[in-house]
Amino acid sequence: MTTVLQVNNLQVTYYTDSGRARALDGVNLTLNSGEKLGLVGESGSGKSTMALAMMRMIKLPGRIEGGQVIVDGNDLMALSEEEMLNARLSEITYIPQGAMNSLNPVMRIGAQMVDAIKAHDSKSSKSAIEERCMEALESVDLGRNVFRMFAHELSGGMKQRVCIAIGILLKPSVIIADEPTSALDVVTQRQVMETIDRVQKDIGCAVILIGHDMGLMCQFVDKVAVMYAGRLAEVSTVRQMFSDPKHPYAQALISSLPSLENKGVFHGIPGLAPSLLRLPSGCTFHPRCPHVMEVCKTTVPALRTVPGGAQVACHLYPEKA
Amino acid sequence: MAFARLLIRRLLFLLVVIWAASTITFFVPRLSPRNPVRERFAALARSGGFSPTDLEKIIAAYNTKFGFDKPLWRQYTDYVGSLARLDLGLSANQYPKTVIQLIQESLPWTITLLLTTTILSFIIGNLLGAVAAWPRAPNWLRSIATPFMLLQGVPPIILAVLLLFFLGFKLKLAPLGGAYSIGVIPHFSATFVWDLFKHQILPALSLIFGSVGGWVLSMRGMGVTIQGEDYVIFAEHKGLHGFTIFRDYFLRNALLPQVTGLALALGSVITSGILVEGVFGLPGLGSVLGAAIQSNDFLVIYGIVLFITVSVATMMVIVELLYPLLDPRIRV
Repeated sequence: MTTVLQVNNLQVTYYTDSGRARALDGVNLTLNSGEKLGLVGESGSGKSTMALAMMRMIKLPGRIEGGQVIVDGNDLMALSEEEMLNARLSEITYIPQGAMNSLNPVMRIGAQMVDAIKAHDSKSSKSAIEERCMEALESVDLGRNVFRMFAHELSGGMKQRVCIAIGILLKPSVIIADEPTSALDVVTQRQVMETIDRVQKDIGCAVILIGHDMGLMCQFVDKVAVMYAGRLAEVSTVRQMFSDPKHPYAQALISSLPSLENKGVFHGIPGLAPSLLRLPSGCTFHPRCPHVMEVCKTTVPALRTVPGGAQVACHLYPEKA
Repeated sequence: MAFARLLIRRLLFLLVVIWAASTITFFVPRLSPRNPVRERFAALARSGGFSPTDLEKIIAAYNTKFGFDKPLWRQYTDYVGSLARLDLGLSANQYPKTVIQLIQESLPWTITLLLTTTILSFIIGNLLGAVAAWPRAPNWLRSIATPFMLLQGVPPIILAVLLLFFLGFKLKLAPLGGAYSIGVIPHFSATFVWDLFKHQILPALSLIFGSVGGWVLSMRGMGVTIQGEDYVIFAEHKGLHGFTIFRDYFLRNALLPQVTGLALALGSVITSGILVEGVFGLPGLGSVLGAAIQSNDFLVIYGIVLFITVSVATMMVIVELLYPLLDPRIRV
C-alpha cells in the first residue's frame, strides 16, 4: 500500500460581486493505491470544487489560493501549465458528471480517444494508438465497433462507459468520478459502478467517487469522506461511517437515510447549509449542531484521528493520546 | 436507397418552389398598368422622330409580338409553357436582346464579386465571432470583432458611398467606378486583369464590411453556448491543447447552424449586390434588374427573379444534402 494521493491544506476561493466565497477551506486527504474513497456532502459543500481543484481546472472568478495536491510524489500545483496539461489524464483523470453530453457529437468515439492519447504521446504509431483505444473499450465491456460510432448511436450507460474508457487510456494513478451515475437508471448504475470497480482493480489506481447516493456509495467504496461547507467533517471506513458515525453532521446524515425500521418517518437535518459568503465562525456546523459547546463558536476544529481510527473534525472528541 | 429517395423528394420540392415563385412573380408586375413597349416608344418619341399616329400602330404591333394583347390567363399559360422550354423571352426595353443574353452578360460580374465577398466575409466573420466567444483567446484578438459588430448597423450602400469618398475620391487609392478603365478594350492580359481587380476593391470592401458583422454576431452567440458544453470541458480534462479543443470541439459544433446561413446568403447574393453595383456602376445582374424594374420590363424581371429563386432553392437542396456530412446526427 503506497500513498498515491496526498492533498494538503487545499484552499479555493470564488471572488464574486457579493464577496469572497470560501469554497474549499484547508482540505487534507490521503489516499493509497487501490483505495476507493466516497466523497459525500450536500450541494454546495465543495465536492465538485475539490475535484476541479485537484485537476487545476478551477476557472475565474475562482482561484486556488494554496495547498498541495501530490500525485505519485509530484505536486500538481507546482507544475507549469504545459506540464499540467500532460498530467491530466496520465496522472489524474476526471470522469464527468454529465456523461450524456460529454462526448463531442460530431466526432467519432475513436477520434476522441485518439486525440487524447496523441496529446500525451506523440511517438506511438497510429495502429498502436488505435489498438490501445480498442483495448480500453473492451475493458469497459464495449465492442470494438464503438470506435467507429458517434455519441448519438450509444445509450446513456454506454456513453458513460466510453468516458471511463477515455479516463483510463493512460493508466492514471488517481481517478475522480463526479457523480458518474447521476443520470442513469439503477440497472445501468450498477453496470457503471462495476465497470469502475473492475478497471480500478486492473490498473491499481485510487478512486474518488463523488455522489449523493449513500446506498450506491457504501457498496463500492472503502472509505467515506463527509464534506460540510468546504471542509472535511469526517473521514472513516464505510463500516464505521454507517454503524458509528462520529461527527454530529455525519450522524445526522446517516440517520436521515430511510430504513425499513422507521418506515414513514423522515429525518431531515434541521437548519440550512450556510452561505459560503458568510460562514459561521469556529466550526461551520455549530448553528445546526445538537451538541454545540462554547468552544465550537470560536475555534475551528482540526481533522484528527480519534480512537477507532476515524478522522473527525469535532471538539467533542479528544485527541488520541 | 434512402439517399436516392431523399434526393428525388428534394428535387420535386425544388420544382414546386420554382413554379410557385414564378407564378407569383408573373402576376405582381401586372398589377401596374404600365406597358414596357409603350414606355420604350414614349421615351423614343420624346427624343423625337415618331408621329403619334404611327406610334400607336407600332406599339400595337409590338404588343402583339410580345403577346401583351392576349388575355392575362393566356399570357400566363404561354409563359409557363416557354419556361418549360427554358425560353425566358425577349427584353422589351433592350429589344432585340433575349433575357437569357442579358443574364449571361451580367452574371459573371455578379458571381465573381458577390461569391468572393460572401465567402470571404463568412470565413472572416465566423473566425472573429468564434474567437470573441472563446474565453482563452487573447483580449486584443477578441476585441477585433467589436468594430465589425458596429458596422453591422450601417447599410452596405452607405459604406459604399463612404469608401468611395474617402478611399477613392480623397486618397485616390482605387478607381471611382465602372468595371474597368474607360477606353480599355477587354482582352486577356495581366494588365487588364489587374485593372479589373482594382475596380472590384471598393465594391468588395463595402460588401465585406457590411456583412462580416452579421456572421460575427451569430457566431459569437453560438460560441458562447458551445464553450460551456460538457464535451468542451471534458476535452480540457483530457489535457488536450487549447487549439485542438478550439478547432475540433468548439468551432466544428458552433459552425453547424452557420452553414445553413451561408446557403441562404449565397442564394441571395444577387439581390444583396443590387445597390452596391448601382453605386459603383458595375454591369452586374443587380444593375440589370434595377433597370428592368424602372421600365417595368417584366420579362426581364421574371427571368432574373426566376434565376434568383432557382439559385436559392438549389443552394438549399445542396446544403441539405451536404449537411449530414457535417453533422452525423442527421445522417440517413
